[in-house]
Amino acid sequence: MSNEVLADYDIAQCKADAFYDQYDRKGELQHQTHYCPGCGHGNISKMLASAIDDLGIQDRTILINPVGCSVFGYYYFDVGNVQAAHGRAPAVATAVKRSRPHSIVVSYQGDGDLSAIGSAEILHAANRGENITAIFVNNATYSMTGGQAGPTTLIGQRSTTTPNGRSAANEGYPLRVSELLSTLAAPVYIERVGLGNNKQIAQAARAIRRAVENQVRGLGFSLIEILSPCPTIWKMTPVEAQHWVRDVMERTYPLGVFCDRTKEVEPRNVDLPKPALSEIPALLEIADTVQLAGEIPGVPSVVDLHIRVAGFGGQGVLLLGEVLAEAGLNAGLEVSWLPSYGPEMRSGTSNCHVRLSHSPIDSPMVSSPNVLIAMNEPSLRKFSATVRPGGWILYNGDAVPQECLQNDIHSLALPFTHLADELGDSRITNMLMLGALLEITGVLPQAHVDSALSSLVKSARFLSLDRSALQQGRSLYRERQKAMLLAE
Amino acid sequence: MRKQLMKGNDALMKSAILSGCRAFYGYPITPASEIVETAALYMPRIGGVFLQAESEVAAINMLYGAAAAGVRCMTASSGPGMSLMQEGMSYLAGAELPCVIADITRSGPGLGNIAAEQSDYNQVVKGGGHGNYRTIVLAPHSVQEMVDLTALAFELADRYRNPVVLLADGFIGQMMEPVEFPSEATEPYLPRWAVAGTAAARGNLINSLHLDCDEMEGHSRALEAKYRIADQREARAEEWRTDDAEIVLVGYGIVGRILKAVTAEARAEGIPVGVLRPITLYPFPSSKIRNLVNHARVFAAVEMSNGQMVDDVRLALNGARPVEFLGRGGGNVPSHEEVMRLVRELASNFLAPRARETEHVAHV
Amino acid sequence: MADAENRDRGQLRLSEDECKGCGLCVEACAFKVISLSEGLNHYGYRTAMYAGAGCSGCGICFLACPEPGAITVLRLRGTAAAHGRGRVISIPGAA
Repeated sequence: MSNEVLADYDIAQCKADAFYDQYDRKGELQHQTHYCPGCGHGNISKMLASAIDDLGIQDRTILINPVGCSVFGYYYFDVGNVQAAHGRAPAVATAVKRSRPHSIVVSYQGDGDLSAIGSAEILHAANRGENITAIFVNNATYSMTGGQAGPTTLIGQRSTTTPNGRSAANEGYPLRVSELLSTLAAPVYIERVGLGNNKQIAQAARAIRRAVENQVRGLGFSLIEILSPCPTIWKMTPVEAQHWVRDVMERTYPLGVFCDRTKEVEPRNVDLPKPALSEIPALLEIADTVQLAGEIPGVPSVVDLHIRVAGFGGQGVLLLGEVLAEAGLNAGLEVSWLPSYGPEMRSGTSNCHVRLSHSPIDSPMVSSPNVLIAMNEPSLRKFSATVRPGGWILYNGDAVPQECLQNDIHSLALPFTHLADELGDSRITNMLMLGALLEITGVLPQAHVDSALSSLVKSARFLSLDRSALQQGRSLYRERQKAMLLAE
Repeated sequence: MRKQLMKGNDALMKSAILSGCRAFYGYPITPASEIVETAALYMPRIGGVFLQAESEVAAINMLYGAAAAGVRCMTASSGPGMSLMQEGMSYLAGAELPCVIADITRSGPGLGNIAAEQSDYNQVVKGGGHGNYRTIVLAPHSVQEMVDLTALAFELADRYRNPVVLLADGFIGQMMEPVEFPSEATEPYLPRWAVAGTAAARGNLINSLHLDCDEMEGHSRALEAKYRIADQREARAEEWRTDDAEIVLVGYGIVGRILKAVTAEARAEGIPVGVLRPITLYPFPSSKIRNLVNHARVFAAVEMSNGQMVDDVRLALNGARPVEFLGRGGGNVPSHEEVMRLVRELASNFLAPRARETEHVAHV
Repeated sequence: MADAENRDRGQLRLSEDECKGCGLCVEACAFKVISLSEGLNHYGYRTAMYAGAGCSGCGICFLACPEPGAITVLRLRGTAAAHGRGRVISIPGAA
């Protein structure tokens, strides 16, 4: 045969451009793959590489290489490569694709990887309809690790971990991944193909190309399951293995298209608008008003409040604390607010720690308060003994029981909930008590409390009820003081 | 910029976005769920990715994918979720991928409870997954530090191409304090090593597999060299009245705040106490601790655990000074009063009576 | 070789260096123009050999072969389009 004759021939089939000319990442024998003679991985890789070439997507392609014989895809594919943990390729692929929506992401997985340890990841990637292509190489065994059984191992098939053959009673039935995933609403294309003869091989190449093309078109999740020979682990010649795919495997895993929604689905728009960098602080609702400077009008020169607010869930314990902290901040004080948190959270009680101070707050935890607002009796009994000498107890009840009132503790006990009812809603009990506290301590000018309230309470009705409750709470304390003076 | 009252968890997430974080993959768990929820709210607004994964295992591997693609990314979890994420963290460290993981701790082992504990220290600080790797660990003690250390976490993650964990207890996550944010958002950029699906990035490979023994050892030594640099440059601690402290209390997170309050009271009683609050738990501020032995007679580690960080304090001192321990767990916090009792006990056991008296006079 | 009218539609180039001797191409070829060598190559494989004539250029051996570059299929210009993306090679020496 002469050069002249060959010059009349075009290349019909040759090594794809998507493969490296030489496999530099492979330690030795850099001109051939690490796959055993007759292994289906090589065929599947070639089909994938041809699809990448044909679709002109080599620069955009990112191959996910998870644990198993699949892992060395990065030796061969001249594309972007990410090696992944066992079974996690669909999760990795999900994020790669969402990070770079213009890339073409192929999750290339074996059956141990995909159907056993990675069963959750593939199920959910499929169910989310990730716009990725999953290549699922099913050879009914864990090959790289020496031939252990997997979920895909056939009934009766011997493996190193099913030495007497897989039994349904012990290991369950072979997992039909394609059928399983086809029950989901999201996948656009799922097909099982084989490498059992020429016809099957040609169909496998078409299916793989189609699965990649679906992604290029932005259609969504495609998975191609390939029944693939593993002559080494199956202890067969390559030709026998090919026949076994066709004559044995196929009986458990019928070939065919299980799901095809490619004609129904609309391509996705991946170019979503992104705001300018300068817009981000506002989008995050980060305030950009200027800090008030100078003297703080109406605030005493020394403030050091350690406040504990406690009651049952629904009494507005946390909101009371938040209004205090927000108002304190507005007034230029150092503040902290710490909600009851932990074992108590689910038991129906609620409490919070609030600190207001002129100096930086060391600990936000108020273990010995100088103000206790007890919105019910259990809270009073729980915390009354912790109140510092000279401190205050505000109690939502007719009177503080004597055993809860140590020497040097001031108290204001009123049936705040009944009074709140009279004002129109028992849910403003908290603001009545806050009003009384503000009057007692005199630390926060009303204007700051009002602005805190309006930033925290969105309902107009409650805002107005809360405001009047605050005023009413202040006057309740003043009236009591008057009454006490008169009594003296 | 005016300070805003904000929950630690919200502040952390907002700071992350300002720092260029554009992807959040997570799985809800108390008490870290607010971070996940805040991400769900804001990520779509700013053109980022939010995805609630099927598990923590998937979430951390999604982080691996996003980081591989060159996107600043983060997740948030707590004890049991962190245990599940250890596989992915080992892969991230092995493949040298940057990401930020917020661990808002709860009590364990097992299901434990949802109350704050500091018992994730060992699994996070000592690198709870397989192989020779470390994660950089930052421990905020205030809402402002949730902002500041989150920004630092993204910087360190990129600088060292390594996962960085923000180890915060539930208190710091749940509490509200005034915070200030940087006025400008950081522009995300594409690292040159990223697998980005472009012609320029085509040859890039993200990988933690090294079949050859020498190559594997070389990789592991290179990682170790990187950690040593971090050890020299990044160890941070806050020292609070340690200049003349004869008793040094060591504690991080919310405990650090309690120790500061105790210091004020102890000093008023004439006991020369100071606080060393580690801000980085890995690298541990060992040399800062060693520097205090000239005047410190005794150290005490205070933790919300049965004693995890205390081991690092002991290693730092290597027997040079006694190290006492006070720990609470299950959601209980070492109270001001408990720590005060310890301080008084240490003062009577380790401090010369005359020294105390002098100090007392000086303060009167 | 005969004149242009009698030329085979296809030609094969088999790389002795890449072939692992699995024999799948031999099995795949309907025209039975591929066989395994009697002798062993450098790595100890009996590698695939083209009979030198009779290739239809169908390309199924290429798909059946697991190695990316062990088989190159050539097709007579002017016949059905193929996957070679129109590249023309000039190969020195005979296959």
